[in-house]
Amino acid sequence: MAERLRLDEAVAELVRDGDSVALEGFTHLIPFAAGHEIVRQRKRDLTLIRMTPDLVYDQLIGMGCARKLIFSWGGNPGVGSLHRLRDAVEHGWPTRLELEEHSHAGMAARYAAGASNLPFAVLRGYVGTELMERSDTLAPIACPFTGETLTAVPALRPDVGVVHAQRADREGNVQLWGIVGVQKEIVLASARSLVTVEEIVDELEPLPGAVILPAWAVTAVAEAPRGAHPSYAHGYYDRDNGFYQRWDAISRERDSFQSWMEEHVLAGVGAR
Amino acid sequence: MTFEPEEVMTVVAARALTDETVCFVGIGLPSTAANLARLTHAPRTVLVYESGTIGSKPATLPLSIGDGELAETADSVVPVPEIFAYWLQGGRIDVGFLGAAQIDRFANLNSTVIGDYDSPKVRLPGGGGAPEIAAMAKEVIVIIRQSQRTFVERLHFRSSVGFGDGPGDRERLGLPGKGPTIVITDLGVLRPDPDTCELTLTQVHPGVTVDQAREATGWELRVADDLEQTEPPTSEELRVLRELRSTLEAAA
Repeated sequence: MAERLRLDEAVAELVRDGDSVALEGFTHLIPFAAGHEIVRQRKRDLTLIRMTPDLVYDQLIGMGCARKLIFSWGGNPGVGSLHRLRDAVEHGWPTRLELEEHSHAGMAARYAAGASNLPFAVLRGYVGTELMERSDTLAPIACPFTGETLTAVPALRPDVGVVHAQRADREGNVQLWGIVGVQKEIVLASARSLVTVEEIVDELEPLPGAVILPAWAVTAVAEAPRGAHPSYAHGYYDRDNGFYQRWDAISRERDSFQSWMEEHVLAGVGAR
Repeated sequence: MTFEPEEVMTVVAARALTDETVCFVGIGLPSTAANLARLTHAPRTVLVYESGTIGSKPATLPLSIGDGELAETADSVVPVPEIFAYWLQGGRIDVGFLGAAQIDRFANLNSTVIGDYDSPKVRLPGGGGAPEIAAMAKEVIVIIRQSQRTFVERLHFRSSVGFGDGPGDRERLGLPGKGPTIVITDLGVLRPDPDTCELTLTQVHPGVTVDQAREATGWELRVADDLEQTEPPTSEELRVLRELRSTLEAAA
């Protein structure tokens, strides 16, 4: 049964230094509040896993939480660069960042394989690209039935999977809808999982197309209203596109980034 | 009506989309062009975004590939593993619409790094959905500004495959789609030569000379014998395009 915890308790209990951690949410339902709590608790040497690192990993990387990044598209959508990610890769600031790079299709397949308790996934992809030549997490594989050559990618089994969702009931059953991304896959692929939610309700009203994560498949649930902002929670608030655009200037220089994090994230110690 | 180079590029890209095609759309210029097509000559074009939205009909231009409006106006929203496995790899996409930081003469694309991969001068976002879109879509439209920086003799990194090292390479690699059929720039339009697969300038935009296009290309640019002139954007195309773009600025 999912434990109901405060966000700071949940992060303290589930996330350990050196863990591989996936904070997922494809544009929608990105768990920013949980990311900020990881920053406040000064977790270190994390292997961060996310298809689109987005602002949330720009913040964690810039604050020195990460040792390695496993990803497929590291930009600020529609805006440009993730400056903190670039600074880490190009100049090793604040620490060197190892990269394990894939395509979206490959990352999605790796999560699905992890959720399915398979050692690897098979897809048509990567062939002819330089990723294929450079990566030790990509390998050609022959179909045992036809002999056709396909590409194998290893499953992702993070130590901790973190997602945001619209709501949960008091038992810890989670409901989410809209763009569902890889939320289900990451919770099922991870050894431990944390779901932050907009609100805890008495009863989950059934919604067509909604994803349910049953309480017995989730390690912990924590209430975090507006916990996806500046990403969004469908039915609760919209994506703050203005903030995504402003982040470009905030994050461009180390100083302006650090003062923003001091003021808006670190100052919130114990606030939850 | 006067217009900017980026506007003519977007309008020409929109015109390249015929009605009732199923189009896998990347963010930025591809999304702008695909929505322009949908709001003008191709109302039945199906827009698919990699966030899992199928048949999105946004009234405002999305900033990201996963804005709420894309889900609200979609015929269906599917999980991300499904959009790549069943719909893209499954061969359901007619046209993939891609941008890039660099392109070479065989329309291979770099969206990964400028400089060396292990110590890059500029770390770009990376391939994202593009490598499999370039492989699987029945055909690919590329939109990219044309300059010595973007049209290069040798890519710094091959993120997505166009025609590889030349004729026969797509077949050899087992890539099911036809590859890039048209490359649209701010100067004109290039298409792969049917025999050599090499990008050939087939069309120039109003006011652009062949010499300009040559100077903006990092290899010896081939030019078609029957070079065409782009029809200037109509006032209706420009009106809809500007209205769309103003919705994006309003979000700032």
